[in-house]
Amino acid sequence: MTILQERTESGLPHPEPARHEPAHHAARPSGFYEWVTSTDHKVIGKNYMYTSLVVFIAAGIMALIIRAQLVQPNNTLVTFQQYNELFTMHGSLMLYLFAGPFAFGGFANILVPLQIGAPDMAFPRLNALSYWLYLSGVLIMCGGFLTVGGAADFGWVSYAPLSGSLYSPGTGADMWIIAIVLTGFSAIFTGVNLLTTIFYLRAPGMTMFRVPLFTWTMLITGLLILLAFPVLGAAMIMLFADRHFGAHIFTVAGGGVPVLWQNLFWFWGHPEVYILALPFFGMVSEILPVFSKKPIFGYKGMIFATIAIAALSTSVWAHHMFTTGVVLLPFFSLMSYMIAVPTGIKFFNWIGTMWRGQLSFTVPMLFAIGFLLCFLSGGLSGILLASPPIDFAVHDTYFVVAHFHQVLVATVVFAGFGGFYFWYPKFTGRMLRSGLGKAHFWMLFVGFWLTYIPMYALGLDGMPRREATYAAGRGWTMLNEISSAGAVLMGLSFVFWLINLWISWRNPVAAGNDPWDGQSLEWYTTSPPPPHNYYKLPPIRSERPVWDMKHPEHLKVHQPEIHVPAGVASPGPGAASAISMPDAGGSRGSNSESGEGG
Amino acid sequence: MAFPIFLPATRIARLVPVTATTPEARTPDTSVARPDRPFEKPASAVSTRSPASRLAVLVTIVGTALVMTSCTLPAWGAKHGATLQGHDTFKLWQGLVLAAIIVGAIVYGLILWSVFRYRRKSDAIPRQFHEHTALEVIWTAIPLLIVLVVFFFTVKTENNVDALAPHPAVTIKVTAFQWGWKFAYEHDGVTVLGETLQNPEMVLPVGEAARIVLVSADVVHGFYVDAFDFSRYAQPGVTNRFDLTVRHAGVYQGQCSDFCGLYHTEMLFRVAAVPPAQFRAWLASTRHYESIHHTYIT
Repeated sequence: MTILQERTESGLPHPEPARHEPAHHAARPSGFYEWVTSTDHKVIGKNYMYTSLVVFIAAGIMALIIRAQLVQPNNTLVTFQQYNELFTMHGSLMLYLFAGPFAFGGFANILVPLQIGAPDMAFPRLNALSYWLYLSGVLIMCGGFLTVGGAADFGWVSYAPLSGSLYSPGTGADMWIIAIVLTGFSAIFTGVNLLTTIFYLRAPGMTMFRVPLFTWTMLITGLLILLAFPVLGAAMIMLFADRHFGAHIFTVAGGGVPVLWQNLFWFWGHPEVYILALPFFGMVSEILPVFSKKPIFGYKGMIFATIAIAALSTSVWAHHMFTTGVVLLPFFSLMSYMIAVPTGIKFFNWIGTMWRGQLSFTVPMLFAIGFLLCFLSGGLSGILLASPPIDFAVHDTYFVVAHFHQVLVATVVFAGFGGFYFWYPKFTGRMLRSGLGKAHFWMLFVGFWLTYIPMYALGLDGMPRREATYAAGRGWTMLNEISSAGAVLMGLSFVFWLINLWISWRNPVAAGNDPWDGQSLEWYTTSPPPPHNYYKLPPIRSERPVWDMKHPEHLKVHQPEIHVPAGVASPGPGAASAISMPDAGGSRGSNSESGEGG
Repeated sequence: MAFPIFLPATRIARLVPVTATTPEARTPDTSVARPDRPFEKPASAVSTRSPASRLAVLVTIVGTALVMTSCTLPAWGAKHGATLQGHDTFKLWQGLVLAAIIVGAIVYGLILWSVFRYRRKSDAIPRQFHEHTALEVIWTAIPLLIVLVVFFFTVKTENNVDALAPHPAVTIKVTAFQWGWKFAYEHDGVTVLGETLQNPEMVLPVGEAARIVLVSADVVHGFYVDAFDFSRYAQPGVTNRFDLTVRHAGVYQGQCSDFCGLYHTEMLFRVAAVPPAQFRAWLASTRHYESIHHTYIT
């Protein structure tokens, strides 16, 4: 409803040349006031993105302190208490407050309406509420460091009863719980918003099987959010009730069941892993075709693989609990193995996309290929971990740490920053410098292997995770030194990224609408897009309308039922709607001018 | 196809001759076609096979060859498993890592091939192909098969690791607490107790099944001995039982694997595996002293 009203208000016909400057533009708030009051999905998306990137840097610095502590045996750089707070907050900030919000708050917020030709998200005010809940969560969780007892110190998984009031009485723990409830609600609202937007606000012609893969992955991610996050919120509220109202849900003394926490937590936690992975799979599926100059291979196969991953991800949670001795091992093992199949399909489709293409190694493409190379390593060790006996041997060791860091860094950092370099010109209208981007990539790539490969060896040699220090006699020193050196490389690589941001801000190079020869709809509008995104839309006849517009000769190959009549002039952006498609339905053809003008 | 890879070494000898015939089964008709070149396949057989099935054959051949040439696979960095149960896990690990390396080599190969082979050479628009149903079916079916085979061997090993002996030689109740361990030989009247600065030592007989009954007095802990390739959580409200049958005498380092609070790092213990006679002598002599036995860290 809001959308319709806003559409009518701003739906005045714009004069052709000055389309990108709506009449009421001067009346819009700007600067800080815009940041605080806006319900524009692009402003909220940027708020989300930059907030989550600040969280990422903070959590990354914590990781560097952890690596500095572990660089030599019996180190006393930090105390046990500080170490416990550091790894708890590193994990919590990265998992709860960076990786998810970066994807579904940052990228999805900006890109989903752009990719489906919508003027905004379905519920713009709910969208703003999501962001403010998220920011409150960030401030409250980090505020734990300012309390007398320090921040939460029971690990990001907060296993009961260690997280109960008896063993962790501090205020920092309460703030941690409240922060997660708040950000949990913010995620749920974003999930509702994404689903509604994708189902109801697609542009004319944008059928479900023409929706770009990033938006498809966000649709499935939205569904997973709605399945998983209510369980997390409920579990946190139960934990809070245990701590303050004597509820005894997770304490044996009061007749509760501690292991229930692990079931509830991982029932959220495993879908969460895919909530963090799927959007980034989607980004790679957008980047690879553009820089291979080809369509994505197996478009529908990718969609069904995404759905299969999501469906399986709701029945694998207990593979985090193999060593508890209270779960049905074969079932959860088989389900975990099965996830390898749709993930494998995605890999083969990505390879198929590059196959016989014309690959140009721009910075986003390097990051996307880096994702493929890095994720495969973490994925293969994940298949080993799906085997309960092997999990018994290495569970809670650095082998597992290496596995999930490889998987998460590959998705959230490699694919995520690939997406950042790819869409930053669209978000801001400015290019990032290629040389600095390549330096960022190569340093990160080398650092990645140096950091995590030694961790596999350490885990196999018996080094448990979350250990504040280790004895000199265990022979773990050299591997830890290599790992820490790699972590420093990874950390320093982001200096190149920050310099890049600074230069692009101080000395901008205009991006233009379509700097990469893009394929999906967002490359049709201006960079940055105007309020409500589009004044007109090209015809949408496949999942890559902008490519079709630039290459009408391929349209026939791609959509056999449509034929372009002979004698149509080569259609530039302005002449896009001149392509007439008699057998595609007259109503759709006439809607190519929809969007802002209606 | 790849299943001989996952077999424990003892079974390989029996199965390898059977499987090894699969790739070589075509030899008779090739020798008919080209008697001068007995190992070359007829051209028609090569051209009709899709790249994926050729890869599958490659996997089988490479896997079988590796198994045949070296019946003892590398350890891939893992401990050999000082218990019978852990050694079973170790053998599963050897097979699974080999499978992972083969799959990884193929996929890494394909990625790197596309990256280096198809780098941009001109501004020409490449052919816009975007699907191949047969190929997509194949790369769904083959991983599914691999996964099911891997699952089969996983379940076999898992049943061995979790099996409980009907009459264990000794039963030890292990209670984990913040931050230490209590090992109670309940039928023998011996208790060993130790905390962070006085790590306790569990004494076990070599070659005999020791039943561990694992509980926690407070929060979740993990009983983990890396040399045994095994860990199990100690949880409040849950009693876990498992057997350890140590293969070699020695002292093994153990520690809490699941984060359990401030001094988690120092929640260490040792397992001393001694010959059965020595074990019974230790039980008898310890019983004379106080039931609490301290071993000081050196």
